[in-house]
Amino acid sequence: MPTSVYNYPEIIGAAMSRPSSFFGRFILKRTLTLASLLFFLSLFLGACGASGTPHTLTVYAAASLTDAFTEIGGAFEAEHPAVTVVFNFGGSQNLRTQIEQGAPADVFASANVKEMDALVAQNHVAPDAPRVFLTNQLVVILPEDNPADITSLEDLRKPDLKLVLAAEEVPAGRYARLVLDNLNSMFGADYKDSVLANVVSNEDNIRQAVTKVQLGEADASIVYVSDAVAAPELQRIEIPSEVNVIAEYPIAPLSNSSNSELADQFIAYILSPAGQATLAKWGFTPVDP
Amino acid sequence: MSQQNKPFFHRRLAPLTEWLFVLPSLLLLALLALPVLALLWRAGSEGMLSLIAQPSALSALRLSLLTSTVSMLITIVTGTPLAFVLARRKFTGKAFLELVIDLPIVLPPSVAGIALLIAFGRQGVFGSWLSSIGLTLPFTTTAVVLAQTFVSAPLFVRAARIGFAQIEHQIVEAAYVEGSNEWQLFRYLMFPLAGRAVLSGAILAWTRAIGEFGATILFAGNLEGVTQTMPLAIYLGLERSLGIALALSTVLVFVSFLLLLVTRRLENHKDDSPNF
Repeated sequence: MPTSVYNYPEIIGAAMSRPSSFFGRFILKRTLTLASLLFFLSLFLGACGASGTPHTLTVYAAASLTDAFTEIGGAFEAEHPAVTVVFNFGGSQNLRTQIEQGAPADVFASANVKEMDALVAQNHVAPDAPRVFLTNQLVVILPEDNPADITSLEDLRKPDLKLVLAAEEVPAGRYARLVLDNLNSMFGADYKDSVLANVVSNEDNIRQAVTKVQLGEADASIVYVSDAVAAPELQRIEIPSEVNVIAEYPIAPLSNSSNSELADQFIAYILSPAGQATLAKWGFTPVDP
Repeated sequence: MSQQNKPFFHRRLAPLTEWLFVLPSLLLLALLALPVLALLWRAGSEGMLSLIAQPSALSALRLSLLTSTVSMLITIVTGTPLAFVLARRKFTGKAFLELVIDLPIVLPPSVAGIALLIAFGRQGVFGSWLSSIGLTLPFTTTAVVLAQTFVSAPLFVRAARIGFAQIEHQIVEAAYVEGSNEWQLFRYLMFPLAGRAVLSGAILAWTRAIGEFGATILFAGNLEGVTQTMPLAIYLGLERSLGIALALSTVLVFVSFLLLLVTRRLENHKDDSPNF
């Protein structure tokens, strides 16, 4: 009989069903037992998880909010013992696509107004619902040991740098390119192009770019100030405010949320002094209520 | 021939029992086939296939073909000897070694990507050694090839090893009696006899390499023309233009289908004569 090797399950199956091997016989006898055990275990765990939490609030939030929102979520759960807050962090443009495709979100916090506007235009969010709850700025980050010896913004154009940015589709990536546009006025019209020529990867979300710098694989990246605060071991080069970009983060409940009351409470908490203080701690600029 | 004498699966079942098998099968078939059909239908009906001519789509296509072919060649050149040794020799730790080789098949691609980065990244375990010989791997096309080889080579080694191992012992022994050495055994007997298994394993590995996504995006990053292969262009293109993503997806579906078809034909071929 020809050996069937055109897909993985059959290949693994072949290993397990070889009657001559002790391993094969063992697996054959135990697989069913193990599978049913796992099945009941998962049922049991599911039941445990569900019984204590009648309310789950699902929050889709920009990747840059990961640390701040995780902390705020914990504080919110402490105030509302019956509530579990579940987060989905990712590039705002990805989250928007997921919501458009019917993802069951209750709250959306975006890193730019554009993705929120798109959801308003498609009636996923009520027109008057979005509120700007913080602003963020950009900063250049370098690995701890600064292998490329970058000391100024102008150094970003040095040839053979390994620069990692968020992709242009990601809010942070678009802001970074705006900053480079602004810096053209300081360093000459070809500055942006020579910096972009150093880009070795356009990452899918801003946290991936931070990780590449933390691992020392990239020489520099342009990220949010809040990302730099979350990675204190990294070196920074500040971007002067006259050429920096102020990113406005809007937040809103989704129109078809089944937890709209809870969603409103969560947003109110974000805008409260306690919520804003947490955001400030993670490097965001709070807004006036 | 009476019904009782027919092989089990050729016997007709009682109508009710038959539905018990047909209905669940149809459900699963729908899940497996409908998404692909819907993809093709949408891409075809809205004329999105023409978007494949976009420069970014073309460069992803070119890069995917280049990297997956190089990866397959590396796999054949290094994997065939490994499979031969594994099929011919018994040594301590062989079972463990085989597990290590098979591990990438079941590892999540993200784990593969992080592992490659930790091993061969600039700051990785072997990074300083690599840079001392002038090699920096992350964010290069070479990194794409390495990621693809990492996830696809085990499929080839497994297929080739099984192919070598299935050759009748008597034939091999006869060759020994006739005085052939290990190289002659490989060159004139075992490689031709296992040729079909080796080839189908190579095609399978190629298919897997073309589809590689997770390890590539983590280890090689994403840059058009350098590391942005088709799966990456589809994933990131989804935000820029659904059309390009659909067009590239259609190409991938057709290529994968064709390669699977070839593999199938190779495996089910009744004639096992050594004509490779």
